[in-house]
Amino acid sequence: MSAISASEKVDGFTRKSMRKAQKQRKSQGSSQYRTHTAPVELSPLPQLKDAPSTEQQELFTQKLQQCCMLFDFLDSVTDLKSKEIKRATLNELVDYVSTNRGVLVEPAYPEITNMICTNIFRVLPPSDNPDFDPEEDEPTLEAAWPHIQLVYEFLLRFLENPDFQPSIAKRYIDQKFVLQLLELFDSEDPRERDFLKTILHRIYGKFLGLRAFIRKQINNIFLRFIYETEHFNGVAELLEILGSIINGFALPLKAEHKQFLMKVLIPLHTAKGLALFHAQLAYCVVQFLEKDPTLTEPVIRGLLKFWPKTCSQKEVMFLGEIEEILDVIEPTQFKKIQEPLFKQISKCVTNPHFQVAERALYFWNNEYILSLIEENIDKILPIMFGSLYRISKEHWNPTIVALVYNVLKTLMEMNCTLFDELTSSYKADRQRKRKKTSIISSMADNISACNNECEFRGSRHLVLIIIIIWTFMLF
Amino acid sequence: LREGEVSKMAGADGDDSLYPIAVLIDELRNEDVQLRLNSIKKLSTIALALGVERTRTELLPFLTDTIYDEDEVLLALAEQLGNFTMLVGGPEYVHCLLPPLESLATVEETVVRDKAVESLRKISQEHSPVDLEVHFEPLVKRLASGDWFTSRTSACGLFSVCYPRVSSTVKAEIRQHFRTLCSDDTPMVRRAAASKLGEFAKVLELEYVKSDIISLFTALASDEQDSVRLLAVEACVSIATLLPQEDLETLVMPTLRQAAEDKSWRVRYMVADKFSELQKAVGPEITKNDLVPAFQNLLKDCEAEVRAAAANKVKEFCENLPEDNREQIIMTHILPCVKELVSDTNQHVKSALASVIMGLSTILGKDNTIEHLLPLFLAQLKDECPEVRLNIISNLDCVNEVIGIRQLSQSLLPAIVELAEDAKWRVRLAIIEYMPLLAGQLGVEFFDEKLNTLCMAWLIDHVYAIREAATCNLMKLVEKFGAEWAQNTIVPKVLGMANDPNYLHRMTTLFCINALSKACGQEITTKQMLPVVLKMSNDQVANVRFNVAKSLQKIGPILDSNALQTEVKPVLEKLASDTDMDVKYFAQEAISVLALA
Repeated sequence: MSAISASEKVDGFTRKSMRKAQKQRKSQGSSQYRTHTAPVELSPLPQLKDAPSTEQQELFTQKLQQCCMLFDFLDSVTDLKSKEIKRATLNELVDYVSTNRGVLVEPAYPEITNMICTNIFRVLPPSDNPDFDPEEDEPTLEAAWPHIQLVYEFLLRFLENPDFQPSIAKRYIDQKFVLQLLELFDSEDPRERDFLKTILHRIYGKFLGLRAFIRKQINNIFLRFIYETEHFNGVAELLEILGSIINGFALPLKAEHKQFLMKVLIPLHTAKGLALFHAQLAYCVVQFLEKDPTLTEPVIRGLLKFWPKTCSQKEVMFLGEIEEILDVIEPTQFKKIQEPLFKQISKCVTNPHFQVAERALYFWNNEYILSLIEENIDKILPIMFGSLYRISKEHWNPTIVALVYNVLKTLMEMNCTLFDELTSSYKADRQRKRKKTSIISSMADNISACNNECEFRGSRHLVLIIIIIWTFMLF
Repeated sequence: LREGEVSKMAGADGDDSLYPIAVLIDELRNEDVQLRLNSIKKLSTIALALGVERTRTELLPFLTDTIYDEDEVLLALAEQLGNFTMLVGGPEYVHCLLPPLESLATVEETVVRDKAVESLRKISQEHSPVDLEVHFEPLVKRLASGDWFTSRTSACGLFSVCYPRVSSTVKAEIRQHFRTLCSDDTPMVRRAAASKLGEFAKVLELEYVKSDIISLFTALASDEQDSVRLLAVEACVSIATLLPQEDLETLVMPTLRQAAEDKSWRVRYMVADKFSELQKAVGPEITKNDLVPAFQNLLKDCEAEVRAAAANKVKEFCENLPEDNREQIIMTHILPCVKELVSDTNQHVKSALASVIMGLSTILGKDNTIEHLLPLFLAQLKDECPEVRLNIISNLDCVNEVIGIRQLSQSLLPAIVELAEDAKWRVRLAIIEYMPLLAGQLGVEFFDEKLNTLCMAWLIDHVYAIREAATCNLMKLVEKFGAEWAQNTIVPKVLGMANDPNYLHRMTTLFCINALSKACGQEITTKQMLPVVLKMSNDQVANVRFNVAKSLQKIGPILDSNALQTEVKPVLEKLASDTDMDVKYFAQEAISVLALA
């Protein structure tokens, strides 16, 4: 719910200052849902390192249980002492699982996971700002972070402990656990998402039985993001994990993976907030193509289908991705896609937004792309020529014009004869067009003269058709 | 339809009426999306020209093949096909439309899919019961067991339209398919199923509602995803309406109670948002025992979103309480929560409450309103958030009916006077708009004593919208209190402003005259107003001068012809030769309108 009310927006003047004021206020949210019982005051337990080794396990359990107590961090004055005790205990626990061997005995697993679940699994609070723009606005930070951070730290150390046994842990770190973990990726707090990313990655690595499930759930999150809500804060983090997952796919790729590429990753390009995760997305796409080059054609066709129509910023990103793809493309694949692709590129170079034109023209600085173009110059030059020639005369931006001259020069050097042919036919074409417009306008006069003479509607049509046919024969 | 169709069709028998149609058909294949789109939008024209036979055998197969296109084109196509029954030859052939719509119902883009489902629902009604079983129901089955989630989500919307008109064996199959989709492992499909659960329940026989729907409802309401659970709340309304009262307690209430306490605020929000509907659906007894405490909890929820949604429902909830002990429930259970909400930390909660709280006065009656509600109104009138104040002011009339304006004004007047000078102009505007009503009920004397100064002060507000509203307000007051009152109290003050050093205030005089002259009548206008207007024609600010011309044009019809000829005409003629272009223009306009040339 917006902190800026409708009535304040109407004035038009207040909004900006309100937004600013809102930004200055560090917004914090938390979502520990009604702790039914008021927190009991915690009393400090003895240090684990001071306890005799026979009692350590028992004390460890007690400390884990103590850390299940949740506190209200939106209220910064209550339970200060207990909050501090819990913080110190969590620190000690982190230290304990990361430095000691032999502490992860079987009975400890349920206690550990219970402590983790109690602390981190919660329904994320409503966003403070429904028009939250991740590129512009400060995120709402998790108020309970002083505790939650340590719990994440603990979870990570637990997973990374050399004694950690997935075969025991899988009873607790199950599908439900993963599902709740994935939901947390929607957190607005980037610190939390960062921890989640590492943790999920570890879980994916250690629990073979959960892999397919994790992929499937990520799939669902993305589909929901694309087609239902357009809102999910953790897309970039999930894509980053996927990037390395894709890297590990066995060949030949399973149908499931190909479907993920075509039905999820490609449509992800349509998202409004593409800028937030485009780098990771492009990386995933390129990973796929490096694995299986035959996917190049459908991928590029997919990108062309979703090519941005009005958003120049996105168009620049698409061009960047195309260049990344071209960097790894196989010449045979290039031939399959060159025509539709260069039709699009030829549109981009004429784009009045100079960044789009510039980005497209930069392709000609890439040695590998140049070699591909040269190999197929007879196909590509005719597609590109008209646009390049036209903007070399017409583009408003001098940098673009200079770039175009270089590109034209490079292309000319690749096939001089074809270039000359195209130049002369282009000029002839333009002259013809100019003549055509003058003829058509004179013909329009003829028609209107005809119209005055012809009384019957049918014969008027006939005249019109004859004139059109005649026009076509003429040119 | 092949290329070259154009010339063939246009050429045949020299029948050039088909020529435009041929162009449209060719445009269906054009590279330019816009042209394809235009052509699709004229699809009915094409079909009409082709005739039912060729539409069925050529156009529809062609369209089914073009399904791979831009979503925009597909959306238009999906919509068009819903109205195609007559164009394929009437209900007898309507099933021809199923193949293209089936493909459209499987595409990724939600908008297209939804439109395709909408069209399918529409044409399902035009199928005969036999066709429904032979053609339509198999399509639903195919969609329901599709590989990709899109077709399964589409299927969810089609069960309820064919269920009532098929045989009992097919009905059993449909129920089975719906059951399967409710436990689909894709949350998107479960969401689609949950959102159609209520609609499907309505067409089922009561025994199946009890045996099938309730178990599905319970399962969906405890789904692992909150986005599914919250949809079950919506379904709860329809299901509760269908069941006999005695079954509600065992079949619906456990789930509803659980939803009101859900750990996800989204689900609780949904419960709060649907509270009035739920209340009506479960009836007075359950409301008293279950919903009152649930509502109290929602009003005290830890998330502001939920509290705001619940606050919005306070009035409706109270209104719908069983009358026998309504007052007691409100006083002991609801009002304490409402009192807390008045000083909530979140302004949206307060503003939601402010928009409905006044409605409680009609329910609670005069004495309770004065004793319990007035202090709350006053507190909200003084709230720091302008939206809260505004919501209170704009609902004053319902309290007025209960406690009478005098009581209201005595307690609220100080607050209203304070708001008349509020820093937010929208709040001031709301107060002004309330003035004529207030004045009418208070009577002249009271008004002169307490509010007249305020009304005059608004005339020199620094926001134009306020000055304009103040002018309009004066007119309404004169209509209420009469010309004599105007002459004594308003007109002298208005005319006095003609000598103000600020030209904006001088213009306000003119605007007031425009508004008041008709209500004041010929005598006051001629004797008191006209001289002032005429004198202002010498103003040094051009804006004032051209407004003089406009004012003269406006009040001219009220004046007698003598005054027009001897006094107005010379002044307008002088203005018509002013150095300023606009002054000249408006003077000339006035001369021609008043026919003084």
